[in-house]
Amino acid sequence: MSLTVDIALTHVRSRARQTLVAVAGVATGVGFSIMMASLMVGSQNDFMRQLIDALPHIAVSDEQREPQRQPAELAFGAVRIYGLTPERRREGIKNPMAIMAALSAWVPGAIAPSTKTQAILRYAGRDFAASVTGIDPHRERYVSALPTQMRQGTLASLFTAGNAIILGDRLAEKMGARIGSNITVQTGEGAHIGAQVVGLFHSGVRQVDESTAYVLVKTAQILAQQTGLINELRVRVRDPLAARDIAQRIERETGYKSIAWQEAHEDLLSSFVVRNVVMYTVVGAILLVASFGTYNIISTITHEKARDIAILKSLGLNERTVRRIFVLEALIIGLAGALAGFLLGYLLCVALGTIEINNPFMDANRLPLVYDPLHYAIAGLVALVSSFAAGYAPARKAARVHPVDIIRGAT
Amino acid sequence: MNASAGNSLIEARGVIRILPGIVPVTLVHDIDLTIGNNEFVAITGPSGSGKSSLLYLLGLLDMPTAGEVLIRGRATTDMEEDERAMTRLATLGFVFQFHFLLPEFTALENVMLPMRALGALPPVAMRERAAMLLESFGLTDHIGKRPDQMSGGQRQRVAVARSLANDPPVVLADEPTGSLDSQSSEQVFRILRDLVEVRSKSVVAVTHDLDLAARMDRRMQLIDGGIVDGAQMAGASRAAPV
Repeated sequence: MSLTVDIALTHVRSRARQTLVAVAGVATGVGFSIMMASLMVGSQNDFMRQLIDALPHIAVSDEQREPQRQPAELAFGAVRIYGLTPERRREGIKNPMAIMAALSAWVPGAIAPSTKTQAILRYAGRDFAASVTGIDPHRERYVSALPTQMRQGTLASLFTAGNAIILGDRLAEKMGARIGSNITVQTGEGAHIGAQVVGLFHSGVRQVDESTAYVLVKTAQILAQQTGLINELRVRVRDPLAARDIAQRIERETGYKSIAWQEAHEDLLSSFVVRNVVMYTVVGAILLVASFGTYNIISTITHEKARDIAILKSLGLNERTVRRIFVLEALIIGLAGALAGFLLGYLLCVALGTIEINNPFMDANRLPLVYDPLHYAIAGLVALVSSFAAGYAPARKAARVHPVDIIRGAT
Repeated sequence: MNASAGNSLIEARGVIRILPGIVPVTLVHDIDLTIGNNEFVAITGPSGSGKSSLLYLLGLLDMPTAGEVLIRGRATTDMEEDERAMTRLATLGFVFQFHFLLPEFTALENVMLPMRALGALPPVAMRERAAMLLESFGLTDHIGKRPDQMSGGQRQRVAVARSLANDPPVVLADEPTGSLDSQSSEQVFRILRDLVEVRSKSVVAVTHDLDLAARMDRRMQLIDGGIVDGAQMAGASRAAPV
């Protein structure tokens, strides 16, 4: 064992109580940082999963991003148009089957056609606006998490009644409808049909749960008053995080507006950024406070050891070696603290994981926690770096001591 | 002085040390001296005469305000910190009035300290040499003891052993017997003299004990930071008033 390590270890060991307090300080910082990160990232992942599952990863609709360009605009460089009444376009995606065939050649995932329409649901004399989507129950399970989100009934229940409808659970609650209720569905096109509620789903995203209903594609086409209408392609990709790029490519190739889930939930995602800033600030503050403990003990040791430092230097140890001794002591404390903190953090996470929460507003009844080695690595690294910084200042001061000043004043 | 310049170990040329401050204090004033091989030199003087300060200057623990200290003919004032530290480690041994051993380490470890800092020997050889040094000072039974488990005389002998760790040609001792009873003093003094007579080292010792100084080969007396001429004669009892 080298001389510096030997001296550093001896100093740290001979002050067991102080060392323990400093190590405990670092360990608490590291432990709680790990717990915070685990909890924050866990809840974020949990929320993200709900967002991803609430909607198709990519929805290709029959809309365009910009109003259609008029022939005159295409022909001339500068045109001003007054009082335009745009020609009514036939709704729906043209040649949906051909587009689906083209997309399925390269899109990594599954595609299903659907018919989306806005409707008024009427029950017990009250009206509720809802977005009614016509789906194919056989294909739907490949493109959305809807089958797993069913609270009552199944997707196949759509086949059990003439006009069957599945409602979001919050929508049903608002309406007071339950399984078997007969409600009236009415659209702007003038369609007016009676439908029976055969299922309820819960996606976890309030906005979806209180304004969405599912029917069969053919029922939706009746509501839209247009046979064969397909106005949305629902795409589920294998890697949800790649959805944005794929959506852009689909849009480029088909010309139809395709919205990835990230775009649909942009506001929520941007709030994650703020959350992360808050998290890292708090975690950083915890570790900073812990490093003051390290500073304190190294500072104290260098004071108490002023005589030893003078001895070492009078023997002929150079500044660098003396500095290294005290920096090493800080690092020993930092390392011990980090290791103890890893254990503490892990145990805290395990303990938190056992807490059961019965909250009607939450889907899970356990806290979502993530065990990510990266959190441990970052917290450990920050602890070591801050210990180094905390130890360096007193170490430098100690190394600069002139032995004669101490020896002269010795008693 | 009387040592030949060719084999001088330590040489001071016009060394002046002034402590800066609101009222500057002159510790050492215009000292010229040479320490040669195998000499036993006493530096005496009343307290405050600057004898310890002179020793620190000769031992490179302090830097002269003016003048030059040469170690084996090499100027030291323009050396880097590291080089001065290395010179100290390899060519100078120190013994202080207080033992200045590291309290958490055993006698053996304390003696090994300078060897480990120099790193010239393999660890096993260091241990053997440290044990050999301690044994030669009659400390065989105390090798594994820490300083607080030993008597003052024993500690001081460990300190002498440590000063010899890297086999330096010169040992500088600052009041080596100052805090010891007469019996321990005698023991330590004999050891210092053996260093000169048996091991052929040079020893420079600061002391205010004139009887002790009288038994050394060469004496220098300092008053007010300067060497008093003619103080080299034997018969210390006639030396300057204290």
